[in-house]
Amino acid sequence: MSDRGQLKKTAHLSEVPAAWEAGPRGAKPRRLVSTRTIVVYGTLFVAAAYYLLPLYVMIVTSLKGMPEIRVGNIFSPPLEITFEPWVKAWSSACTGLNCDGLSRGFWNSVMITVPSTIISIAVASINGYALSNWRFKGADIFFTILIVGAFIPYQVMLYPIVIVLREIGLYGSLSGLVIVHTIFGMPILTLLFRNYFAGLPEELFKAARVDGAGFWGIYFKIMVPMSLPIFVVAMILQVTGIWNDFLFGVVFTRPEYYPMTVQLNNIVNSVQGVKEYNVNMAATILTGAVPLLVYFVSGRLFVRGIAAGAVKG
Amino acid sequence: MTGQATGRATTRAHPGRPGRLTRNLSAKIASIPMMLTAVVVFLGGTLWTVLYSFTSSKLLPRLKFVGLDQYERLWAAPRWLVSIENLAIYGIFSLIFSMVIGFVLAALMDQKIRFENTFRTIFLYPFALSFIVTGLVWQWLLNPEHGVQSVVRAMGWAGFSFDPLYNSSIVIYGILIAALWQGTGLVMCLMLAGLRGIDEDIWKASRVDGIPMWKTYLFVVIPMMRPVFVTTLVIIASGIVRVYDLVVAQTSGGPGIASEVPAKYVYDYMFQAQNLGQGFAASTMMLITVAIIIVPWAYLEFSGGRKRV
Repeated sequence: MSDRGQLKKTAHLSEVPAAWEAGPRGAKPRRLVSTRTIVVYGTLFVAAAYYLLPLYVMIVTSLKGMPEIRVGNIFSPPLEITFEPWVKAWSSACTGLNCDGLSRGFWNSVMITVPSTIISIAVASINGYALSNWRFKGADIFFTILIVGAFIPYQVMLYPIVIVLREIGLYGSLSGLVIVHTIFGMPILTLLFRNYFAGLPEELFKAARVDGAGFWGIYFKIMVPMSLPIFVVAMILQVTGIWNDFLFGVVFTRPEYYPMTVQLNNIVNSVQGVKEYNVNMAATILTGAVPLLVYFVSGRLFVRGIAAGAVKG
Repeated sequence: MTGQATGRATTRAHPGRPGRLTRNLSAKIASIPMMLTAVVVFLGGTLWTVLYSFTSSKLLPRLKFVGLDQYERLWAAPRWLVSIENLAIYGIFSLIFSMVIGFVLAALMDQKIRFENTFRTIFLYPFALSFIVTGLVWQWLLNPEHGVQSVVRAMGWAGFSFDPLYNSSIVIYGILIAALWQGTGLVMCLMLAGLRGIDEDIWKASRVDGIPMWKTYLFVVIPMMRPVFVTTLVIIASGIVRVYDLVVAQTSGGPGIASEVPAKYVYDYMFQAQNLGQGFAASTMMLITVAIIIVPWAYLEFSGGRKRV
């Protein structure tokens, strides 16, 4: 895919291994299986097993019937595979009085994630573009506040935002939540785009200026087409981040608009009724499925996204 | 749309002498969302919360100043003290363990192993999952009747006891286990990137000198990776202060108040107990905690010749 071209900047993450293999260190003659190799692989396999275990238990539990769970052990594979817990989790699990399953939360999350991702990326890419190519007086002050703001705990800013949203009549609605996600996605995404645009050859920008292109012309005709990989990285970052959000969902929306994570928590941690562990685990997998899918499909780009996100913290 | 029109008109109409305000007008208009976010939300919101933490706001924010009353009440509240203690334990252990585990995994991954991508995918996938999912999975794994404890007991150790989520003296370690599972993959990735940035010649030189590998790591490579460690530290630390969803999902703060954390205190007082003043004071304390971590780092990082932002 477009993988190759955009990895230029992350050479330290992806391409160095190849260079290492070519280096003299690899050519050292060794016995076929040394103690060191056993230790290295042994440790890695044990660690990998530990990391995979919860996923395995989740899947196995969700495929068992409740009687089997009560008597059996959580690690044993299901004797009789049943998909009933999945169906129940999706369409009829209860939160309080509502019994229409996780599907409602899923569609809410879709309705939150899609516009939030698009708007936050649009806003942040324009910010980054203005900051790297159209620097105006004072721009850096705003940018510094933005970056420092990324470290401020969200709890500090929650209530003022509630007040503002209430004043403009968006508190509790999906659009309000979209605005909140756009705001809190802004620092990291702006940084990401600013750094990327700053790395593009300046001659391109100058040539376009000479040809009479303006702010928006250069943005749409040159910057966006040249930066598709970074848009994909930003998308990965935002889709997983917004899908996984819990705090903003619970603070800024009404119960009927609760995103999937909030609904999942309400289903699993509800105090009424008998605990149905298989349904709970099916619901948990369903909620984790979207970010996991993004993760497995995007591969290295995800690593790049979090490495970029990591700069912010 | 209007921005486009004005921007072009400006550049064409006065090519020689752009006015002060209209210079880069499109860029300025396009940056309005950023300016508003920076000034109104980040700066304004923070100052607002700090200001109102000195008031007696209850159900609604009111500007009736009571000095440091809210803070005195906060630091006298057992629940807040438990939260702080939990945050300290959780913070120290998750810093140490995620750094050590992350580094060891990265060092192993750096031995030119096969299936490196597979291993990385496995170590990092929990990071793609939300804290809610993480918390719920580990709630199930640590369930005393069905989870790890019962499995080990069934294997013959009848006296085996491991029920962190139901034992108030160790519940925070149960949360720690889940948090480490979720977050060490990220640390590993950052460390691995750092290790790959180490010059190949260093390794050659140390091999020529016959220095054992562990010594090279300990005395040469780790000191060279100082910036990576510092960045990782800041990332983990600012995540620690925010820990909230994980606790909500895994224990809801229980048993009793044994696993409460500051972020949850803030949420509960602001949005459930309708005691805004307490919520503001607690969130201001969180802000101070973060400042204690960030300010020295930012000072070290940016004072010596603004390398990067």
